[in-house]
Amino acid sequence: MELILIIISTIFVNNVVFAQFLGICPFLGVSSRVSTSMGMSAAVIFVITISSMVAYMLQYYVLVPLGIEYMQTIVFILVIAALVQMVEIVLKKVSPVLYQALGIFLPLITTNCAVLGVAILLIQKQYSLLESVVFAFGTAVSFALALVIFAGIRERLEIEDVPRAFRGTPIALVTAGILAMAFMGFSGLV
Amino acid sequence: MNKLGIIISGIVKNNPTFVLLLGMCPTLGTTTSAVNGAGMGAATMAVLIMSNIVISLVKSIIPSKVRIPAYIVIIAAFVTIVELCMKAWLPDLYATLGVFIPLIVVNCIILGRAEGFAAKNGVVDSALDGVGIGLGFTLSLTLVGAVREVLGSGSVFGWRFIEGDGMLIFVLAPGAFLVLGYIMVMFNKLVAKTK
Amino acid sequence: MKNTLLNMILVLGGISTIASAGVGYVYRITEEPIAAAVEANKTAALGDVLPDFDAIVPLESTLDGIPVTVHTATAGGSVVGYAVETATTMGFSGEFRLMVGFAPDGKVLAVKVLQHAETPGLGSKMVDAGNPLIASFEGRNPSDMRMAVRKDGGEVDALTAATITSRAYVDAIARAFAAMLEARGSALNSPFGEALGGGENVVLEAREGASENLTNDAKQTDNE
Repeated sequence: MELILIIISTIFVNNVVFAQFLGICPFLGVSSRVSTSMGMSAAVIFVITISSMVAYMLQYYVLVPLGIEYMQTIVFILVIAALVQMVEIVLKKVSPVLYQALGIFLPLITTNCAVLGVAILLIQKQYSLLESVVFAFGTAVSFALALVIFAGIRERLEIEDVPRAFRGTPIALVTAGILAMAFMGFSGLV
Repeated sequence: MNKLGIIISGIVKNNPTFVLLLGMCPTLGTTTSAVNGAGMGAATMAVLIMSNIVISLVKSIIPSKVRIPAYIVIIAAFVTIVELCMKAWLPDLYATLGVFIPLIVVNCIILGRAEGFAAKNGVVDSALDGVGIGLGFTLSLTLVGAVREVLGSGSVFGWRFIEGDGMLIFVLAPGAFLVLGYIMVMFNKLVAKTK
Repeated sequence: MKNTLLNMILVLGGISTIASAGVGYVYRITEEPIAAAVEANKTAALGDVLPDFDAIVPLESTLDGIPVTVHTATAGGSVVGYAVETATTMGFSGEFRLMVGFAPDGKVLAVKVLQHAETPGLGSKMVDAGNPLIASFEGRNPSDMRMAVRKDGGEVDALTAATITSRAYVDAIARAFAAMLEARGSALNSPFGEALGGGENVVLEAREGASENLTNDAKQTDNE
């Protein structure tokens, strides 16, 4: 029950993009085509879920026993950067098809603040390992949901006659604002 | 480029928020009031200046293949230092900015300037670039924060001029996107006029 | 510098070592001011949630694994209020801590947020003066209230768009109230009860005695 609650609240109520403002840069950057946004989403789900497990282990089996919790930021970001590299190498060897699909998005993920954000949040929320993984997966899915919906809207916006000053990012932000309002409707769910 | 020019370009021509479109997450996430925006901007500026200086100093001894991880370590160290200092001497501000302080590490502005400016220029110029971009970021965040605070809470810098509630939507998530979008439109309009 | 493996390892290792040493050094410098800031925050909160007092006795205990401290404030030998340092782990961003002031009869005097990591602009509104949560509790006795947010059938007004935070807030106050009742009861039974508000030594003894008493009480209820 607890786990279902975590999933629903992370995906809809506290959507990572529309309510927590994490991962905005890739959200605005790769959301102009539905197909690329799907690729990015898959890569993010993959990396966030794995990195959350690693972050949990590091925090409770390395940092806390050594009493150096204040090194959290440095350790997490290094591990995420290394992890992304490793995922890239392993993927290349194991599944060239998947690598073809996700490859170009992987380097972009290191600077996706949602990855580090999730790692820090799950420690802050004092989740157990299982809860952490569920929370991370939910967050990644919520990112994917936001990205794919948004890409669909932007594909249509492109053929509309948008006033010049609004073209590009401003209209995207205003659209995101309206979408965020729609997502606020979910707050009654939990 | 003269010294003053570096600073000015960071505020106007290379404004990180409205022109370069970098660092969107803190811009949207922490600007619920003018003071919060300014605090986040100042924290980012402190990290940016220090990391720019150190990276321009050590750039020649870093092998090119490992330069990104090396920069990230340097930036992360400064972010942790700023975080600890805020906890010690500005606990109230630290309490409001929450999770966004450690996230300065992944703020693309800092890595972007490290790679794009500090890795190619001298110490003094890099420090000035940090000041300019940092000021540009701080001013943008303060502006977005002030607009949201005026519309959403009927106050500015904590000074209330309307009793009762403001338009709450501007303090909530959707307002962040809308306000930033419309400020960008005005910025574009102004730039188009001056050309 | 050349991209040889040795160079890369040396440079990355060197930078990491210097960075860690630097952070460690700053941590050592800031450790004391951070502790002092937390302490000052607590002292200020005690003053904010209680009427004037001249002595205060802390009593530490745990409820469901969460530490709760009841500070009994006395003026001129009689109890003027209880300030309870309470916490909840149900917050939207994990744990947050409150200081809740109770009058001797159990009415809530004031609530102060000590530490939180709730979303800025949403959950963080629980800090603001006069927010719906504080307004729901101030001047009322939790035992006369249905302790839940309106959505769950209670009579506490939740913060807009921050139901999780609001629920956690209610949870923290319920915990504080339970701890306060327990402390009030055990202080009356304790042989040191009448010494509350005495000199420094007596205070320490009273503190130990009272907490022992509390654990004994807990054991008794278990046996029953």
